[in-house]
Amino acid sequence: MKHLKIALLGGVAVAALASTAYADGHACSVTSGSVRVLGNEFPAIQTIAAKAQECVSGDATFSSNLTKDHRDIQVAALTPNPAEYTSAIVANGSIVPLMNDGLIRPLDDLIAKHGADIPKGQLITINGQVMAVAFMANAQHLFYREDILAEAGVDAPTSYEGVLEAAKAIKDKGLMEYPLSGTYKAGWNLGEEFVNMYMGTGAPMFAEGSAEAAINNENGIAALNMMKALSEYMNPDFLTYDSNAAAAEWEAGNVAIMNMWGSRAGPITDNEGSTPEIVAATKFAAAPTLGEGDELATTLWWDGFTISTNISDEDAEATFIAMINGINDETANANADQAVWLSPGYEPSPAAVGVFASANAAPYPMVPYGGLLHTALGAELTDFMQGNESAEQALADVEAAYTAAAKEAGFLQ
Amino acid sequence: MSDALATRRSAPVRIVLLGFLALWLIAAAFPFVWTLWGSFKVQSDFFSIQDWTNAIWGVRTEIETGSTFTDDGYRGAWVEEKFGLAVFNTLIVTLCVTAISLTFGTLGGYALSRSSYNYTFWILMTALIFRAMPHITLVSGYLLPFFELNIWGYLSTSIVVLVAINQPFTIWMLRSFFMNIPKDLDESAMVDGCTRFQAFRYVIIPVMWPGVITTGLFSFLLAYNDFAVTTMLLSKENQTMVPKIASFLGSTQQEGNVMFAVAAVVSATAPLFVLVLFFQRQIVSGLTAGAVKG
Amino acid sequence: MKHKTFLWFMLPSALAMLLFIALPIGSVFVQSLHIENEKVLIEVENCVPLGGCTKETVVDIEASARLKAERPLGVYNGFGTYTNRNHLATTEIAQFWRNSDSLGAFAKQVYGLPFYKALSFTLAYTFIVTPLVIILGFCIAVCVNALPRIFKGLAIFFSLLPMMVTPLIGSLILFWMIDSRGVLGKSLQVLMENPDLSLKASPALTWVMLMVYGVWHSAPFAFVVFYAGLQTVPEDTLESAIIDGASRWQRVRYVVIPYLMPLVTFIALIQLMDNFRVFEPVVGFSAEASATSLSWIIYNDLKGEFQLFGSAAATSMLTILGVAILLAPVLIRTWRDFKGAKT
Repeated sequence: MKHLKIALLGGVAVAALASTAYADGHACSVTSGSVRVLGNEFPAIQTIAAKAQECVSGDATFSSNLTKDHRDIQVAALTPNPAEYTSAIVANGSIVPLMNDGLIRPLDDLIAKHGADIPKGQLITINGQVMAVAFMANAQHLFYREDILAEAGVDAPTSYEGVLEAAKAIKDKGLMEYPLSGTYKAGWNLGEEFVNMYMGTGAPMFAEGSAEAAINNENGIAALNMMKALSEYMNPDFLTYDSNAAAAEWEAGNVAIMNMWGSRAGPITDNEGSTPEIVAATKFAAAPTLGEGDELATTLWWDGFTISTNISDEDAEATFIAMINGINDETANANADQAVWLSPGYEPSPAAVGVFASANAAPYPMVPYGGLLHTALGAELTDFMQGNESAEQALADVEAAYTAAAKEAGFLQ
Repeated sequence: MSDALATRRSAPVRIVLLGFLALWLIAAAFPFVWTLWGSFKVQSDFFSIQDWTNAIWGVRTEIETGSTFTDDGYRGAWVEEKFGLAVFNTLIVTLCVTAISLTFGTLGGYALSRSSYNYTFWILMTALIFRAMPHITLVSGYLLPFFELNIWGYLSTSIVVLVAINQPFTIWMLRSFFMNIPKDLDESAMVDGCTRFQAFRYVIIPVMWPGVITTGLFSFLLAYNDFAVTTMLLSKENQTMVPKIASFLGSTQQEGNVMFAVAAVVSATAPLFVLVLFFQRQIVSGLTAGAVKG
Repeated sequence: MKHKTFLWFMLPSALAMLLFIALPIGSVFVQSLHIENEKVLIEVENCVPLGGCTKETVVDIEASARLKAERPLGVYNGFGTYTNRNHLATTEIAQFWRNSDSLGAFAKQVYGLPFYKALSFTLAYTFIVTPLVIILGFCIAVCVNALPRIFKGLAIFFSLLPMMVTPLIGSLILFWMIDSRGVLGKSLQVLMENPDLSLKASPALTWVMLMVYGVWHSAPFAFVVFYAGLQTVPEDTLESAIIDGASRWQRVRYVVIPYLMPLVTFIALIQLMDNFRVFEPVVGFSAEASATSLSWIIYNDLKGEFQLFGSAAATSMLTILGVAILLAPVLIRTWRDFKGAKT
């Protein structure tokens, strides 16, 4: 799973050369078969679907269902034969249930035929087979206010210990009451924050080769204690803060440092919702490390397309050709601010620097049972964050909740 | 009796009652009035972290759009996001659900009110237990069969599901209304040679409207406000208003257009206002008949 | 009514319920007795240019598919899912009981289990919100009824508003208004003379906030039903009460309220059931940290990357059981009424 960072790092290198040769001259044409796409609804994916549709002509048909709830229906939608959709657009997390049930097909032969020039870094390869083609990346990384940090006399932190020091300095100088923020909302967000922090320890989350969780140890405690220490400098409502709330705090100028999704960098620095001073002072950097280690305490996310198993080969081929056209350099550069694109000729927008700087981070674990641990974390860590129980007890609770769920799902016996 | 109660109250009691009512009406209407006003502001005013009075004066709205009122939210929802289509879908869904629910419900409710066998009681109890099932579990269970039968995503599927989910409440409520209609009415018609159905058709239907209208109001609201069924069972192009509004809110990684949602909510409530004012007399007279027997 | 006629009248409604509710409930029950087949895990090596090789665990699709073909429902587990740690947690509770020295410590440990945490809030919510809804709805109905005719329509419309605005957005806007910097939150701070007051940060205040919302949201339902009932209070009974010299309060207490009692049963029935399934406010108010409900647990199992149908099925069956227990008194009463009406 190191290929993604290669795609990101490679993207920077190629972008410096500003090469767009690969995209040009690719005439795509799908005249038979059916292309049916299921995906999330954000602008980048809307753009891709529109571009993919451009290829479809003649007897071929195109339809798309781009919705926020795509994850809830994807397994049921791809199970029947023929499947409702020929392609599901997925991310690290949501590809797993599709793979567990064998609902998406290996793409190697299609790539050999139609996508020989797709860079290796974009190919999500599992067990030697390409299962998805990634087109964009995302990661939580550091947002900081240059002006406030300067006033407090601290440099932009590179570790969470540095973040704490900076927060203390800002608070002591009376510049801000709650200088930190983050997406600590109970549930998925809180689970994600723990996973990010745990990545900073460099330790694996599961025992090797089995589904047993391996977070109930000193690494887990270190991660939890850091989260708790950070929360002391956050607004007391922090357990209700999702990205929307945290971004609003930032735009209002109440926060000086936060670890936030790269995809929010653009909207936060646009001319809506904030003052020009705040926007001008908002800077992005790599996610901090935990302690002295050099593992970044964040996870890399990608979005990519897959092709269903339960469809005819003709439809699969049609879909592949259309989707490849949807994610080329031309799409990326014409919509540079919609996402951090992975295509080789993409020239990053200024808002993308944080994700690129975090390209060395570990990808979000794509293990079959990862989602179960994530859910358990999101639900069981709240008591600890509210100060009602010890870190040890919280981790024991997480482990117990996860084990019960993993047994139900057949991963543990 | 209403006027009898109303006119014979002394001044202090009236003041207490009116004061209480005024308090309640403020509590009930204030969030909506606030939303109505705020829907003409930009997001950073309506959800202003600096100072909540910004939502009243529109400070940021003036900076960002040049005027203290803006129709950006409405324009975004209706023009950019084609909210009109969702309104049209909602219209179809709510009208069909209300009509079908009431048709099925009146037949079933009438039968339940006129039969005295033990199974009537057990049907009523089973219906209650059916109603206890959390909708989200039901809906997740539908997904796979619906995809396999290729009926997922269509308005008609959602209509049928909403009607079914709504049935327990509908038959319970209508049964209580029918209990209030004297049995002699239809039984004497049957003595005169009508079949059971004819008695229902010519004797019961003309007098049942008050109960049907009240039950219809609840069926309508259920279909109108449903979230669980419509989000999971409708494809994007067939979405009704509520899931459409939810989709304006954005997700973890993507910023939404919250003001589109706010404008859409105001737009979604406006037809209800007209509806209530228009049907006011029918609703009040419908209520007059009362669902008195539990 | 004859059996056959009854059947024909009942058929459409019964068919709809059988197909879309009874059948799913049956399959959900069966599902809750099974856990999924063992997933055969294999370790594979992924090598990429420059990146080196990493080991990853994946599901062996073919081996797992074979198991699934043998046992399409999964492994029979009896009530194992019901009693495991994420549901009734019988083993854990027995252990807590043995190991804790005081009742308080025991209660605290039990409250740490997800099911009991959710159950506590669900029960508290149900038993506090239901009576308040009935009382508030009754008071509003009496007041609206006392209004001059021309204001009634408007008053009815405004009273219905809390029920009509989509809960999804209604709670979003209210959630903002009660923020410590929103209009209601700020007013509360001034009122309580406590500038640090935040409804969202404290579990106790979050509970109060959810319950206030619940009462606000459901009062219109009780109001509508009571208002309907008030229209039918027989005039002559009231008149004779006045002639007998009954005071205003006595008239309400001894004439109106007894007359409306069946309605109270009806509202209580519906409200107990709906409040026991409280869900939307928990999500709308982002209250998951301090207050979870049984329906929220189901939602948490079904949403997201990995869906635990068996677990959600077990919680759903427990919810139905809970509703049945809650409603038992009402049901027994209805049975007696039914028997009484028959003879």
